[in-house]
Amino acid sequence: MKDKAALTHFLLERIKAIAPDSDTDDLDPDEDMRDELDLDSMDFLRLLESIAKQLNINIPEMDYNKITTLNTMVSYLSERQSSL
Amino acid sequence: MKTITMPSFGADMEQGKLTEWNVKPGDTVHKGEIIATIETMKGLIDMEVFDDGVIEQLLIEPGSEVPVGEPIATLRRLGDVAVEAPPVKAPLVEKSATPLQTDQAAHISSPPPETTATIASQPDLALSANQGHQTSPLISPAARYQAELQGINWGALPAGSGPNGAIVLADLERYIQADQQQLNVTTPTAAPRSIEQDVNTLKMRQAIAAVVSQSKREIPHYYLSHDISLTHALQWLKKYNEDRQPESRILINALIYCAIAKALQKFPAFNGFYQNNQFQPAEQVHLGNAINLRQGGLMVAAIHNAEALSPVSMMDKLKDQVIRAREGHLKMSEMQDATITISNLGDRGSDSILGVIFPPQVALLGIGRVREVAWVEGQHIKPVTIVSISLAADHRVTDGHDGARLLNKINKLLQKPEQLV
Repeated sequence: MKDKAALTHFLLERIKAIAPDSDTDDLDPDEDMRDELDLDSMDFLRLLESIAKQLNINIPEMDYNKITTLNTMVSYLSERQSSL
Repeated sequence: MKTITMPSFGADMEQGKLTEWNVKPGDTVHKGEIIATIETMKGLIDMEVFDDGVIEQLLIEPGSEVPVGEPIATLRRLGDVAVEAPPVKAPLVEKSATPLQTDQAAHISSPPPETTATIASQPDLALSANQGHQTSPLISPAARYQAELQGINWGALPAGSGPNGAIVLADLERYIQADQQQLNVTTPTAAPRSIEQDVNTLKMRQAIAAVVSQSKREIPHYYLSHDISLTHALQWLKKYNEDRQPESRILINALIYCAIAKALQKFPAFNGFYQNNQFQPAEQVHLGNAINLRQGGLMVAAIHNAEALSPVSMMDKLKDQVIRAREGHLKMSEMQDATITISNLGDRGSDSILGVIFPPQVALLGIGRVREVAWVEGQHIKPVTIVSISLAADHRVTDGHDGARLLNKINKLLQKPEQLV
């Protein structure tokens, strides 16, 4: 899953599975994702679990501030993937 | 023989829809087994059976919506009969969504010969627990007189707010009012598609209104709040989570819930039920976790024996509960037996919350947003991450002094997170 469009699609699909009532269609990719989608800390942790399992990328807590918006999260993941 | 009724999953539930039977007549069931799935405004709930026995009859079809307290099945308990009767042969209840025809439905129930000595004395169950089991609810003489005068079938009403769930006059008035207002809602002015939704929302609001009004009318609340530094707890958590995969990480909430449960064990006067003009402390701490539903309304699901849980197992329970709440597999027992409630606005909420106690409980703890503040410690001002934990408690049972000690205890426990393990 190298390209960013695929990553974005994957993330939105996972978010929808974790919080089915979140409005991912209208998400501004540069806004704080958790604020916009009303994701609590448990939802967010479950998203990271999905990423760890399916993309094999373990995001440590110290990197949480690098993945606050959809765009920054996609960039972060894409970078981590290319350095694998 | 025992009649199994449509259970109540909270005081704001009036009716439930049976979506699926997991059993058929003649099946042997064991205590705790899931026998049906019930759909409510709060999603799908797995219904457990509370006795060992044999299912005799299924009284309603999948797809039926019935009021709380209405009989839905009968169970022959082990011990009800001296000799085990042969299993009842009956047509299989289809597990498909296709509703059964009425004539077929009549065949579902083929009652075995009635046996004697089936009337076991009803154990004195807690208020919430007996809602699901009584053949007809308890009712005060005055309420019964009034109900019969007005031609209301009180046997079909959910349990009330009196002792052991007895229906009292105030409950009856609420049902009458709710009925009248429902009639008003279905006036032709509303758009046809939204009527059902409007009625549901209205019903849920009315039910919540009834509970909180009763609480504020009958329970003299007092409120306390305590700002708690999370420096140590977060340091411990950071170290714990550092080398772990996301699936094994712990959230700060798990530590806070552990501290609360362990503190409550030391202060039992905040954990239990106020009934019949007296307080009965509970032996275990069943933490009711208030979950806000995005479609509106509230759901409280209990974390059983929370005082015995380590942060790791508390985290597992919290995660499991959230997932099951979303997927519709909360269990009936979780919905009914919380001994205290925690209202947690989450890390995106407000600084603090002063809640309304859920009767017959006697306390509610509010957890505010985890936030950074300027904190004075040893003559220095420094940025510190804190949480405000508040207490709403029943003044009939405890005084402010006790409440302050409880909050202090929670604070102390959170300063030594390694001891919560």
